[in-house]
Amino acid sequence: MISDWNFSSRIKTMSILNWFPKKQKTNNEKSKLSIPGDLWVKCFKCGDIIYLKDLESNQKVCVKCNYHFRLTPEERISHILDKNTFNELETEISPIDTLGFSDSKPYKTRIQEAQKKTGRKDAMVIGIGKINKTPINIGFMDFAFLGGSMGAVVGEKTTRLIELAIKNKNPLVIFTASGGARMQEGILSLMQMAKTSAALKALDKQKVPFISVLCDPTTGGTTASFAMLGDILISEPDALITFAGPRVIEQTIRQKLPEGFQRAEFLLEHGIIDMVVERKDLKETIANLVMVLNPNNMRAKE
Amino acid sequence: MKNLDFEKPILDLNEKIEQLKELSKEGNIDLTEEIKKIEKRAAKLKTEIYSNLSPIQIIKIARHIDRPDTTSLINLIFENFIELHGDRLYGDDPAIVGGVAMLGKTRVVVMGHQKGHTTKENIHRNFGMPNPEGYRKALRLMNLADKFNMPVITFIDTPGAYPGIEAEERGQAEAIARNLKEMSGLQVPVISFIIGEGGSGGALGLGVANKVYMLEYSIYSVISPEGCASILFRDATKANIAAQNLKITAKDIIGLGVADDAIKEPIGGAHNNWGETAANIKKKIVADISILSRLTGEKLAENRYKKFRQMGKFQ
Repeated sequence: MISDWNFSSRIKTMSILNWFPKKQKTNNEKSKLSIPGDLWVKCFKCGDIIYLKDLESNQKVCVKCNYHFRLTPEERISHILDKNTFNELETEISPIDTLGFSDSKPYKTRIQEAQKKTGRKDAMVIGIGKINKTPINIGFMDFAFLGGSMGAVVGEKTTRLIELAIKNKNPLVIFTASGGARMQEGILSLMQMAKTSAALKALDKQKVPFISVLCDPTTGGTTASFAMLGDILISEPDALITFAGPRVIEQTIRQKLPEGFQRAEFLLEHGIIDMVVERKDLKETIANLVMVLNPNNMRAKE
Repeated sequence: MKNLDFEKPILDLNEKIEQLKELSKEGNIDLTEEIKKIEKRAAKLKTEIYSNLSPIQIIKIARHIDRPDTTSLINLIFENFIELHGDRLYGDDPAIVGGVAMLGKTRVVVMGHQKGHTTKENIHRNFGMPNPEGYRKALRLMNLADKFNMPVITFIDTPGAYPGIEAEERGQAEAIARNLKEMSGLQVPVISFIIGEGGSGGALGLGVANKVYMLEYSIYSVISPEGCASILFRDATKANIAAQNLKITAKDIIGLGVADDAIKEPIGGAHNNWGETAANIKKKIVADISILSRLTGEKLAENRYKKFRQMGKFQ
């Protein structure tokens, strides 16, 4: 059971002084100045200064421009699931450095730092919870843990969640937020794409609905495996959803990309996802879809 | 880059041999002994160099412009290859070729990434980087194999799936994801060979197989060493360090349990003898088909599932 609110690193704390940026000497470091309490945040899109409590009460969506801030799994849980219904599973699986990988830092150190920062073993949280009283097998990726990258632990936990759905026949919902396969685990991270996708093939036979919610950002090997394999694909407004990242594409084709390229609305327009749903409507949308799709659901027979 | 830089000492010796031969001809002197000696030295040196290759040197062989390509291998291994085209949805992707063929009395479906041997060919083939329609063509052919109970053979040789605007618009990620899912359920034997570059998801999109083999000097990687270097080391020139860290050689990949075995290449690499390379691959295919064909479709899919299910280490 997770209940503490841990603000994601996407939110930089602000002080009242930031309202007058020109008067500051260190203009480019203004976001580092803060008054105790971290009461204000700046919207990444419109730059508006928002009172933190207002932002929280609006599910971390900017009131002015509708920018959807990135969320932690705990925040997702509190938005999506009925209160106190989440039972987290497989909390002890943790990553190991199979390759002895080291770039500017050893992978082992990176794991330790990420674990300390997020308070969890890896970038995936799975469990069973209820949406409008219906039990759901549900997973949440944590972008704050090494960019939500998929290594053996993320792949294994995702697969175990799918296998749980095969067994208990409850609907499956996964919220993705991931930079793709985890380079530091080399080829074994690539194989997680095959592993999770194969598990979804086995799930098909059980007629259990799988709703994939693609959150900002979902890219690379995660998109090119289980994230894209939902019976229904949902995204939040303006979420970046890609196979190749925008920078890689720009370097390859040597031209600037059009505005809105690879955003949720772009994918909707190109027939790749089913719908773009605002955060405030996500829970009800998922609840309705589950009710309509799930052949085992009693509510559908009423 | 027809010649590999680390082969320079061998090339130098070969040049010397040529000079001596010329000299003996012109001056009518018998230099047979000397020539023999140097030839022996060159052969020894080659064996030495090739038994101690670094990952970055292996990458150079794997990407060699004269390395045997999928279509050539298909024609050397199978009979009656009939190429089939198109994904029935958008177009035909020249970066993936495929079709039906005979292997002795066995009917097979074969496919693979197609690179070129010249710049012109490579532009036509998009350097072996498929668009979504390539993966969708491949899946169509796999379903054909499933329907008519034919084994599937895939050859993998790509830097990766193409990172382009249109590829994203047409659902590159979805195309690859669907292949991974559907390949896992095929009710026929699937055998994959990484013949050159096994670049990330673009490679795996043809690689969910009962048996996965790597040519001796091929590579299989989650990201190109250059890409990894520029992201993690913020310096693309550190590709050699990235290559060592990523563990991408046949020996490493087999050690990690991702590939089953290596296919021996002629000394100096597959580009020196396509026929011998093809013969070595053919032996494996013939042996495997005879074993795998005894299993039921259900069992084949189950084996494939179990194979990939256990990949990845954690505690």
